[in-house]
Amino acid sequence: MSKSVDNLEKIRKSLSRRNRAEKRFRFYGVTAVLIGLAAVMLLFTDIVSKGHGAFRIAYLQLDITYDQDLIGIDNLTDPQQLALGNWQAMPKVSLRNQFPDVSGRKDKRSLYGLVSNGAGFDLKDRLLENPLLLGDSETLWVLADDDIDTYYKSWLDGEPYDARLTAKQVAWIHELHDQGKIRLQFNSNLFTRGDSREPEQAGIRGAVMGSLLTLILTLLLSFPIGVSAAIYLEEFAPKNAWTDFIEVNINNLAAVPSIIFGLLGLAIFINFFHVPRSVPIVGGLVLTLMTLPTIIITSRAAIKSVPPSIREAALGMGASKYQMVLHHVLPLALPGMLTGAIIGMAQALGESAPLLMIGMVAFIVDIPGGFSDPATVLPVQIFLWADSPERAFIEKTSAAIMVLLSFLIIMNTSAVWLRKRLERRW
Amino acid sequence: MQATNILFLILGLGCFAFYLGRGRSLAIAKPLGGIRHLHSLPSYYGFHAALWCALPSLFLLSLWMIFDDLLINSMVMDALPAASAPADSASYNLLLNKIANLADGILPRSGESAALITAADQMLNYRVVSRWSLTALILTLSLVGMAWGWSRTAPLFRARPVVEAVAEKILLACACLAIFTTLGIVLSVLFESIQFFRSVPAFDFIFGLDWSPQTAIREDQVGSSGSFGAVPLFVGTLLVSAVAMVVAVPIGLMSAIFLAEYANKTVRSYAKPALEVLAGIPTVVYGFFAALTVAPFLRDLGEGFGLSVSSESALAAGGVMGVMIIPFISSLADDVITAVPQSMRDGSLAMGATKSETVRRVIIPAALPGIVGGIMLAVSRAIGETMIVVMAAGMAAKLTANPLDSVTTVTVQIVTLLTGDQEFDSPKTLAAFALGLMLFTVTLLLNIFALHIVKKYREQYE
Repeated sequence: MSKSVDNLEKIRKSLSRRNRAEKRFRFYGVTAVLIGLAAVMLLFTDIVSKGHGAFRIAYLQLDITYDQDLIGIDNLTDPQQLALGNWQAMPKVSLRNQFPDVSGRKDKRSLYGLVSNGAGFDLKDRLLENPLLLGDSETLWVLADDDIDTYYKSWLDGEPYDARLTAKQVAWIHELHDQGKIRLQFNSNLFTRGDSREPEQAGIRGAVMGSLLTLILTLLLSFPIGVSAAIYLEEFAPKNAWTDFIEVNINNLAAVPSIIFGLLGLAIFINFFHVPRSVPIVGGLVLTLMTLPTIIITSRAAIKSVPPSIREAALGMGASKYQMVLHHVLPLALPGMLTGAIIGMAQALGESAPLLMIGMVAFIVDIPGGFSDPATVLPVQIFLWADSPERAFIEKTSAAIMVLLSFLIIMNTSAVWLRKRLERRW
Repeated sequence: MQATNILFLILGLGCFAFYLGRGRSLAIAKPLGGIRHLHSLPSYYGFHAALWCALPSLFLLSLWMIFDDLLINSMVMDALPAASAPADSASYNLLLNKIANLADGILPRSGESAALITAADQMLNYRVVSRWSLTALILTLSLVGMAWGWSRTAPLFRARPVVEAVAEKILLACACLAIFTTLGIVLSVLFESIQFFRSVPAFDFIFGLDWSPQTAIREDQVGSSGSFGAVPLFVGTLLVSAVAMVVAVPIGLMSAIFLAEYANKTVRSYAKPALEVLAGIPTVVYGFFAALTVAPFLRDLGEGFGLSVSSESALAAGGVMGVMIIPFISSLADDVITAVPQSMRDGSLAMGATKSETVRRVIIPAALPGIVGGIMLAVSRAIGETMIVVMAAGMAAKLTANPLDSVTTVTVQIVTLLTGDQEFDSPKTLAAFALGLMLFTVTLLLNIFALHIVKKYREQYE
């Protein structure tokens, strides 16, 4: 009798231990999920907190005189004069008028450092659009230098960062601020310009266009080829060693590191077929080979999900195998295939490692207009900016990341929406 | 005519051929009393004509595009007078480039020798001849094909089987592209690697302890010995991957277990996609995060404890890489855990086991092969991951197992050796292909092994 009581006691004791272990295990699980979610949150808040400032940029209010003698120009249609004109003199003179008591070369240079060194060219463009302004003067908001921009924003946020400025420059900024002659404006340059060495003039337009061109080519090549391959493997392929070999190859290619595709592109497309470097054509080809396995695998899953009864019904009505596939299976599998294609394109949009190999890391100012213009893509632009030493590029990089992430979010949600909307349950 | 224009010409002619073929079949069928007197539907006769029109021309076009430059180049070089003919292959390429640039007008013609100028003119001449003869050939071929396809259209002609057989061949070709890609990868890395191993013995490469690929220009240059011992790179890669796995495996596995076994439907339906967001973030974003947020944070943290943490520490790169891999492991583990039959769970619970005991003693052992396969896939991913390490890990090859130190990896070196301008034959650039060969081989073996395990395991419960 006493023995069984003993056992009960033992079980009761072990029970509480086991329940504690159970709770601990559950706690580990919750923690793991929470760590994962915290990583997502941390990543997004970090990027947004670093990058939100880049959507606004500092402008200075200056009284600009379009002085013919100062610029050294008397005819706005002469390209020679336009190229040689001293455009930067306009903001410089205006700054000197603003702060008349600045003297000495060094001080003057730091005074001129307040405006972006591209400001003169902006004024030139404005003058070319309104030729009547020549000889006139007006009050304008002119792009400030990136160091000024960085300081002004950090000062507004309460923790001024003045490491790159002289004491006088800081004093001038405060004077301008008191007069209301410096303000933050929407940074349209970010969306309308190509890359630049000067952070305040750099934009992502060129990279976005490059990404777009590359993706168009990738989609045009990989979707038809991927769907054809999937149709063949699901509907026509005989069960033999060759088919198995194709399948093994596709599965392995899906797991090959992306940088290897870059080596392939370099050796085959560039060095063997002499496709020019840095152009969307070669980028599109490499990304096509990279995304094909994804598209083939998802398309096969979509074809597989079409019930056999559909096929049998079509064949029973006298359709040939091709008619059965083209008229019945393909339309029903198309939503799934499109979802796969969008996911593949999202993968291609975010990819940068193979593109580094084929020269799409070049510094390209011009916005690409066609498939054979040198271009870079958005993720590579992010990589390039992240490498730049200027502090102002940090927020630019984060802003570019925000743009890239929003594209990806749009693509992925549309894939999910498409699947929910068009998917048929059998 | 430009190649793209010729391509559009062929496609246009193909469409025209389709309408001709279809129209003819309809015209033939009409007096007979309708298309039921034809063997195939009218569109098949159209496709038949279009295929005859376009396929041979496309084939010719692609052959021409591949061989046209080679042929022109060799013809131009053969025609050079013996005095200016190049001695070896390097100067051959140099001279060829020069002539091509002269022909394109990239180089100014003034000051070049007369032989080169004539060669350049000749090259231009050949190009024009080649373009026009190609256009003429393609045009005739397409028209002849169209006429042939059109003339074959007859009520008893079995167009459908012909068209479908060709279509199947095209589908097969698309499927075979995967094989050609693999073949292309193998050949491209193999050829360059063989060339590399000619100047650097394979043994020295795989077992050498010193990596400094910069070849010395001066004799006494520091740090430019031009030695290619890849062991420090392998060690660095393994170190970073190990850190990544230490982060990713426990978190990924535990969250998969929690989501599969404990969480209710609502939690699961929100938490799973939220975790999967991590997989959709581009690696360049992780790299930026690692280099600008995590690495400085770890350095400052280390200073607080009196440790010297490199600002390019393996810990930062590996840790962020681990975060990237979490969803990869958790979704693979989730798949295998949910594939374990419910009866096994029920049996264990009926014996009085708690849920965690069921998980640890029954489900994990049952799912173990699949989990191991998933982890191996994740390892292969970590080894091949590029952007995070390029941005957050160091460049200097150090032989160390200290995660607080800066190390470099295989992928970082491939990128550094191959970005920017390079000559193609120096051992420095070829070394990148040798590293690529190692990377490809290792990841391929891991993948094949892992996929084999996962597949075998799946079959077991299906």
